[in-house]
Amino acid sequence: MSEARTILIDPLIDNNPVTLQMLGICSALAVTTSLLPALLMCLALTSVAALSGAAISALRHRIPNNIRIIVHMTIIASLVILVDQLLRAYAFETSKQLSVFVGLIITNCIVLGRAEAFAMKNGVVMSFLDGLGNGLGYSVILIAVATLRELFGAGTLLGYPVLELVSNGGWYEANGLMLLPPSAFFIIGLLIWGIRTWRTQQVEKADYQIHEVHRTEVY
Amino acid sequence: MSEKNKFDRDSISNTLIVAIGLSLVCSVIVSSAAIVLKPIQEKNEEEFRQQIILDVAGLMQPDGNIEDMFAAIEPRMVELDTGEYSDAVDPATFDALMAAGDPQLGIAIPSDKDIAGIGRRAKYAPVYIVRDGTGIDQVILPVYGKGLWSTMQGYLSIAPDGNTVRGLRFYAHAETPGLGDQIDKEPWRAQWAGKVIYDGGDEPQIRVIKGVVPAAAPDASHMIDGLSGATLTANGVTGLVRYWTGPHGFGPYLKNFREDIADE
Repeated sequence: MSEARTILIDPLIDNNPVTLQMLGICSALAVTTSLLPALLMCLALTSVAALSGAAISALRHRIPNNIRIIVHMTIIASLVILVDQLLRAYAFETSKQLSVFVGLIITNCIVLGRAEAFAMKNGVVMSFLDGLGNGLGYSVILIAVATLRELFGAGTLLGYPVLELVSNGGWYEANGLMLLPPSAFFIIGLLIWGIRTWRTQQVEKADYQIHEVHRTEVY
Repeated sequence: MSEKNKFDRDSISNTLIVAIGLSLVCSVIVSSAAIVLKPIQEKNEEEFRQQIILDVAGLMQPDGNIEDMFAAIEPRMVELDTGEYSDAVDPATFDALMAAGDPQLGIAIPSDKDIAGIGRRAKYAPVYIVRDGTGIDQVILPVYGKGLWSTMQGYLSIAPDGNTVRGLRFYAHAETPGLGDQIDKEPWRAQWAGKVIYDGGDEPQIRVIKGVVPAAAPDASHMIDGLSGATLTANGVTGLVRYWTGPHGFGPYLKNFREDIADE
């Protein structure tokens, strides 16, 4: 069981797909202006990652090498359409806010990356857990970013007022920058900085180092 | 080892089997989900549209049944060129965007008049009449036009004088979240109530300006505060409201509407 635990827990912080592998940044910018759509996006991506992992793993001995990416994409695309249809039927208003981004899970690097790197080489249960873990790792970051952006950008959480806005007679002047995409970059950057200060093993070695030439070496 | 040799997953036959099999299975899953969920989705869309109409009319009660509340509103079709009511099309099944593209039901808008940026429009359009105990309380017009990213679709509610706006709400748009999407958020949309469309003539004067409306301006009743960071969206809203209340849109209908009310 400990292996399963590692697979599930590892992507949350230590091997986080967003902050360590820098994947899935696009949707992390787009759907995090408020918390509710971000939660739904997390649910959608996590279920697609887990189920596609399981499905691809179950077929891994049959999938021909030369069309394996197409097979992955077909399975992932079918699951994404399924999730999109379900959201439109049962979470209509939020699905309107998510607009194209549910569809774009198809091209999310986390999902395809786990399919190619993990599900093709491991069993069904483990692949399911791996997809689940990576989906949750993505979710942790998205929820953190969305909470900060909604709180400081609009003074609300899940639509409920938390910080009284000046425009409603309160004291808080909403920070409009928080609602623009750059703020998500800043927040993700700060999160990465924070995590790497805490877990120093995540700090990458510099690709090259400038060799300082002493005056005596030149002559 | 020998067993592995017997099965070659890279063979052409296996490639074809996997490709065809997978396509079949996936297409069955996707199409059955679409078919099974379609009635719920269509009901959602329709209820949402009705909810917006009720909302702009001020009739929305949070706990009420939307269908029951909507029954109090009378939908009628209007022939836009003449501004007369028409029974040629059923408002319940009418789709304005489909009809606009239809060679029989739609017409092209001359480009100098196309301030809403929509290219074509239907010859007919629905209007939603709300009555109270004494007579017509308001009329709700469907309006749409180009914003920055998308076609913004909404409803404009007009008082019985055929000139004063009661409210404007959008039910479909894809404007920038946090900036342009303010068009459908309080408090911006609340400003529309009480604004005046015409200034005696047939050309609408109402507009979204840049910045805040100066209270002392003589025509402040025609002006709406701008949206900072969303000028193109705001211009789109001005364009679509002006087009649909203008002589090429519901202008003739609103003229008749004013005269009918005056006769009553």
